[in-house]
Amino acid sequence: MQDSQLIETQNLVKKFPMGRETLVALDNISLSFSKGEFSGIIGPSGSGKTTFLNIIGTLDVPSEGNVNVLGAQVENLSHKEAAQLRNRHIGFIFQTFNLLPVYTVFENVEFPLLLQGVPVDKRKQAVMDALDWVGLADRAKSRPNQLSGGESQRVAIARAIVKKPSLILADEPTANLDAENSHNVLQTMVQLNQELEATFIFSTHDEKVIQYLRRKISLIDGKVVKDEAMDLVAQPS
Amino acid sequence: MFRFLLKGVLRDRSRSLFPVLVIVAGVMLTVFMYSWLSGVLNDMFDSNASLQTGHVKITTRAYAAQSVQRPNDLAIIGVDSLIAECEAKFSDMVWLPRIEFGGLIDIPDENMETRAQGPTFGIAAKILSKNSIEKDLLNLEQAIVSGRMLQQSGEILIADEFAKKLKVNLNETATLISSTMHGSTSLYNFTVVGTVHFGINAMDRGAIIADLADIQTALDMEDAASEVLGFFDDFHYKIKKSGLVSEQFNKLYSDPQEEFSPVMVALANQNGLADMLHMATAGISIIVGIFLFVMFVVLWNAGLMGSIRRYGEIGVRLAIGEDKGHLYRAMLMESLIIGVIGSLIGTAIGLTFSYIMQYKGIDMGSTMKNSTILMSNIYRARVTTTSYVIGFIPGILATFLGTAVSGIGIYKRQTSQLFKELEV
Ligand SMILES: Nc1ncnc2c1ncn2[C@@H]1O[C@H](COP(=O)(O)OP(=O)(O)O)[C@@H](O)[C@H]1O
Ligand SMILES: [Mg+2]
Repeated sequence: MQDSQLIETQNLVKKFPMGRETLVALDNISLSFSKGEFSGIIGPSGSGKTTFLNIIGTLDVPSEGNVNVLGAQVENLSHKEAAQLRNRHIGFIFQTFNLLPVYTVFENVEFPLLLQGVPVDKRKQAVMDALDWVGLADRAKSRPNQLSGGESQRVAIARAIVKKPSLILADEPTANLDAENSHNVLQTMVQLNQELEATFIFSTHDEKVIQYLRRKISLIDGKVVKDEAMDLVAQPS
Repeated sequence: MFRFLLKGVLRDRSRSLFPVLVIVAGVMLTVFMYSWLSGVLNDMFDSNASLQTGHVKITTRAYAAQSVQRPNDLAIIGVDSLIAECEAKFSDMVWLPRIEFGGLIDIPDENMETRAQGPTFGIAAKILSKNSIEKDLLNLEQAIVSGRMLQQSGEILIADEFAKKLKVNLNETATLISSTMHGSTSLYNFTVVGTVHFGINAMDRGAIIADLADIQTALDMEDAASEVLGFFDDFHYKIKKSGLVSEQFNKLYSDPQEEFSPVMVALANQNGLADMLHMATAGISIIVGIFLFVMFVVLWNAGLMGSIRRYGEIGVRLAIGEDKGHLYRAMLMESLIIGVIGSLIGTAIGLTFSYIMQYKGIDMGSTMKNSTILMSNIYRARVTTTSYVIGFIPGILATFLGTAVSGIGIYKRQTSQLFKELEV
C-alpha cells in the first residue's frame, strides 16, 4: 500500500446468512482510495453500498479478504480499537441526521472532541471553526428540533469534520433533503474536501450527488462493475 | 464529560423525571420511617431507663436472678457506700437508689376499719432530697392528674385509676401492707397527696410512688435498696459505653460465688431491650432493603425503556467512536447524578417531615389515654445523623444497580447494524 493510500480492500467478500442460503452482499471487491478523494459508491438499493461503508468504517468485519483502513487491518481490530479508530479518524454522516436531541448544535458538534478528551479552549475553537465551515455559527445555541433538514445535515457534517478526520463516510446523505438543500450540503462538502483535504466516500443513487463526484464506483449485486475517474472541470460550481 | 451528562439529565425530563420521582419517594419514606422508628425506640429506651432499668442497674446477684418477684430480702445493703464508690469510679454518671416493692393498699374508714383494699406495686425513689432529679426522670409533674407532688415524708402519689377504684380522696390515709426485708409484716400509713396517670395498664391498675426514705423505714431497709440505677450525666444512652461500664464494675465488685455481691446490667440487656433493638435494626434493614429492591426493579425497567427510547442516540455514539465501556460508564454516571439529585430531594423532604414529627408528634392519646410516665402518649420522630445519610443507600444503590443491569444491553449491541438502524 502506498503512503497516499487511505484504504485498500483486497478480495473483500461479505456474506450474510439467509436462512439456509448465504447472501453474498459484497463479492470479491478490490479497491483502493487515496487521500483527498471525493468518491462515491453508486448503485441501486440492495447493491451493497452500505455494507461496504460499514466495513471500511470499522463497524463490521469482512467475511473474506483483507481490508486496510488508515493502516489498520479491519478484520483484526478489537471492538475497542475499532471504536478508537472511528473516534479519532473517521467521520460519519447518516441519511437521517441523528443529532442528539437534548443537546445544542454546539454540544452536538463538541461531542466527538469530548470523547477524545480535547481541552476546553481548543474544543471551543474547533467547534466554532467547524460551525463556520458549514455556515451555522449563528445557530450554535439552537436545539436540533429548531433546525431545518438542510441545517441539521450541515450540523452533522460539522460533527463529522470537527475532529479533522482523515476519512468521512456519508451514507446517502441527501436522501432526506430537497434539491436545494442537497446542493447546499454538497457544496459545503466539496469545499471541505478542498480546504481540509478530508477524504469523502459517499454511498448514493442520487443524481444530484453523483454529479459532484470525482470518482464513481458502480456496484451491482455486490460486484464492482465500473470505476471511473471524472474530469475535474466537469464539476458543477 | 460530567457536565455533558449533567446537561443531558437536566434537560431531558423523560430521562430524569420519572427516576427522580421514584427515588424521591423511596428515599423520603426511608428517611421518615427511620426517623420515626428511632424516635419511638428512643422514647421506649428513655422510658424504660428512667422508670426501671437506668442506663445501667446494680442489684445483688440473687436479686437479679429473681428480679421479677422483687425479692427485697435480697436487696443491696450498704447502698450509700456503694453509691459513693460508684460516684468515685464512674464520675460521669449519676447514681440513684430505688426500691421496687409489692403489697396491699388498704384505705381505712373513720373507725380504722378497711373501707377498700387492693394489691399494689410501688416505686420508691429519692424524690424529696434536695435537687432531686427523680421527679424529672419519672416525669411526675406532667403525670399528676389531681393533687400535688410529694413535699414531705409520709406522702404518696397513687395511680389515678387505682385511686378511683379504691374511692380514695386526696389527703386521706392509705396504709401500705407489705413485708419487711426480714420477712415480717409491715404496716405503714401514708397520706395520698396526688394522683398520677401512667398509661401502662399494669401500673395504672395499682401503682404508687413514694419517697425512698419512707419505704426504707416502712420495709425496714435502712441503708438498703433493691437497686441502684446509673445514668450517663447527659442522660443519653450509650449502648457500648454502658456495656463497658458494666464489665468494669462486675470485674471489680461482682463475685459469682457470692450471691449477695452486686452485679451491674446494662439497659440493653434488660427487659428484652436488646432483642427490641435487634428487631428495630433488622426492621430498618428490611425497610431499606425493600425500598432498595422495589426502586431497583422500577429503575431497571425505566432503564430498559430509556435504552429503547435512546436507541438512536446510543447508536450514533457508538458510530462516532465512543467505546462500549465508556458508554456504559457514562450511563452509570448519569444514573449516579439522578440518584444523588433524587436522594438529596428525598432526604430533604423526609427530614422535613421527620422534624415536624419530632416537634409536633402524633397524639396517640385515643389509644393510650392521657399522659404517661413510661412512654409519652405522643409519638415523635427523632432525627439523628443517620437520618441524613440513610436515604442515600437505597437512593443511589438502586439507580446504580438498575442502570448497571439495564445497561448491559449496550454490550450486546452490534455495530454492524448501525448504519441500517440509523437510516430510519
Ligand atoms: N445484516 C444483514 N443481514 C442480512 N442481510 C443483510 C444485512 N445487511 C445487508 N444485508 C443484505 O445485503 C444486501 C446489501 O445491502 P446494503 O449494503 O444495505 O445495500 P444498499 O446500501 O446498497 O442498499 C441486501 O440484499 C441486504 O438485504
Ligand atoms: Mg444503504
